[in-house]
Amino acid sequence: MLERLRESFYNALIPDQRYLAYLDGLKVTLLISFFAILLGIFIGILVAVVKVTAMNSKMRWLVAVCNVYINIIRGTPLMVQLLIIYNLIFTSRSTNELLVGAVCFGINSGAYVAEIIRAGIESIDRGQMEAGRSLGLNYLQTMRLIILPQAIRNILPALGNEFIVLIKETSVAGVIAVTDLTKAAQYVGSRTWDILPPLVIAAACYLVLVMGLSKVLSIFERRLSKGDRH
Amino acid sequence: MIVTKNLKKAFGSHMVLNGIDETINKGEKVVVIGPSGSGKSTFLRCLNLLEVPTDGEIWFEGVNITDKKSDINKIRCKMGMVFQQFNLFPHLSVLENITLAPVQHGMMTKEQAESKAYELLQRIGLTEKANAYPNQLSGGQKQRIAIVRALAMNPDVMLFDEPTSALDPEMVGEVLDLMAQLADEGMTMVVVTHEMRFAKKVATRILFMDEGMIVEQNTPDKFFDHPTHPRLQEFLSKIL
Repeated sequence: MLERLRESFYNALIPDQRYLAYLDGLKVTLLISFFAILLGIFIGILVAVVKVTAMNSKMRWLVAVCNVYINIIRGTPLMVQLLIIYNLIFTSRSTNELLVGAVCFGINSGAYVAEIIRAGIESIDRGQMEAGRSLGLNYLQTMRLIILPQAIRNILPALGNEFIVLIKETSVAGVIAVTDLTKAAQYVGSRTWDILPPLVIAAACYLVLVMGLSKVLSIFERRLSKGDRH
Repeated sequence: MIVTKNLKKAFGSHMVLNGIDETINKGEKVVVIGPSGSGKSTFLRCLNLLEVPTDGEIWFEGVNITDKKSDINKIRCKMGMVFQQFNLFPHLSVLENITLAPVQHGMMTKEQAESKAYELLQRIGLTEKANAYPNQLSGGQKQRIAIVRALAMNPDVMLFDEPTSALDPEMVGEVLDLMAQLADEGMTMVVVTHEMRFAKKVATRILFMDEGMIVEQNTPDKFFDHPTHPRLQEFLSKIL
C-alpha cells in the first residue's frame, strides 16, 4: 500500500522532469498573484480615496461610478468575469494570457480591497485630518502621510485575508488557457492517468505559499504597530 | 492681523455664528469664553478655515482667506492650531510629528527640522521623548508636544481650541504655563478656554460669546469686575 503510494507520487514528480511542470505553474501562479495584488491595492486605494473624498463635494457622481464598479465586481462570479474579459476585451490572437489573468484578478481584487480600505479610512478620527490640514498639508498629503498609514495598519488582517483568497482564486486561471499551478497538476495527471497525487502536490504548494504570506503579513503587522501602547 | 467681517456660519438651518466683526492685532492675546454651544470653537475654527464660513470675510495679514483664489495651505502654515484632543499622529514618533510638516513644505531640510525640533523639545523638557510614540506619553506631554509641533512652523499666530479641556486636572498647569510663556514672548494668540485664571492672567482682551455673537469684550480686569451684559453677569455668577 505505502509502496504504491510512493510510486504514484514518484510518477507524478520525477519522470520526464515533471517537477518542472509544477515549478512553471507555480511561477505563473506567483506572477499573476503578485501583479494582481499590486493592481488590487492600487485600484483599492484609488477607489476608496475617491469615495471618501467625493462624498462631501460636488463630485458625488464619482461615488456612483465607484459603486457601480464595486457592485458589478462583487455581484458576479470571478470565473465569469475572467471569461468575459478574456473573450470580449482581449480578442486579438496574440493575447498574453498571463497579463489578462493578472489584470482581471487585479480588477476583481480591487473592488474588495476598496471597501476594506474605505472602512480603514473611516475608522481614523476626524481630528487627524484636521491636524494635518492645520499644519498646511493639503488633502492628498494628509491622506498619504497621516490617514492611510494608520488606516492600513488597522485593516491589515482583513487585507491579508483578501490576498490569501486572491492567491487561491488564481487557480481558476486555467479557464483562459493559462497554465498555472492547478492546470499544470491537471496536465501531469492526464499523463500519468493518476490525478490525485498531482493535485495533492499542487495543494501542498498553495498551502506553503499562503503560510509564507501569512508570515510576511504578521511581520509587517508588527512593524506597523510600533506606535501602539506597549 | 486677523479681521473678520460679518462672519456667519450655519450648520444646516442652525446658525452658529451670527455675523462677527472682529479685529485681532499683532501681539494680542485674545481669550474667547462663553457657554457651550455659543459658537466659540466654531469661530476659532473658521479663522483657519477648518470650518468654511457660510457668509462674510476673513482677512489674515492683508489677504482675504475666504477668497477661493487664496492658497489656504500656505496661509495655514502661518497659523498654528492646537486641539482639545491633541491630535498627535500616533503612527509617528514625537520627532517625526514635529518635523513632518516643515520638511514636507520644504521650509527646512530634515536635519534643520530635527535640530529645531530638539531645540523646542528641550524648551519643554521632553528631549528624552523624541523617539517615543504619542501613546506612550501623558496627556499633558501630548498637548505640549502638539503646541511645539505647531511652533515648529514658525507661525505668526497660534489658535488654541480648549487646549486643557481633555486633560487630567494635575496636567492642566504644565500646558497653561507653556502657553503663558509663549504669550510673554509676544506670540499673537487666540484661545478658547474655560480656564478663567489663565484668562485673567494672560489675556490682553477677553471676548464673551453667546448664541453666535460677541456680546461683550473688555480687558480682563473690567471684564471680570464690571461685567455689563446681563448674559455675561449670569455666566460669571455661575462659574466664579
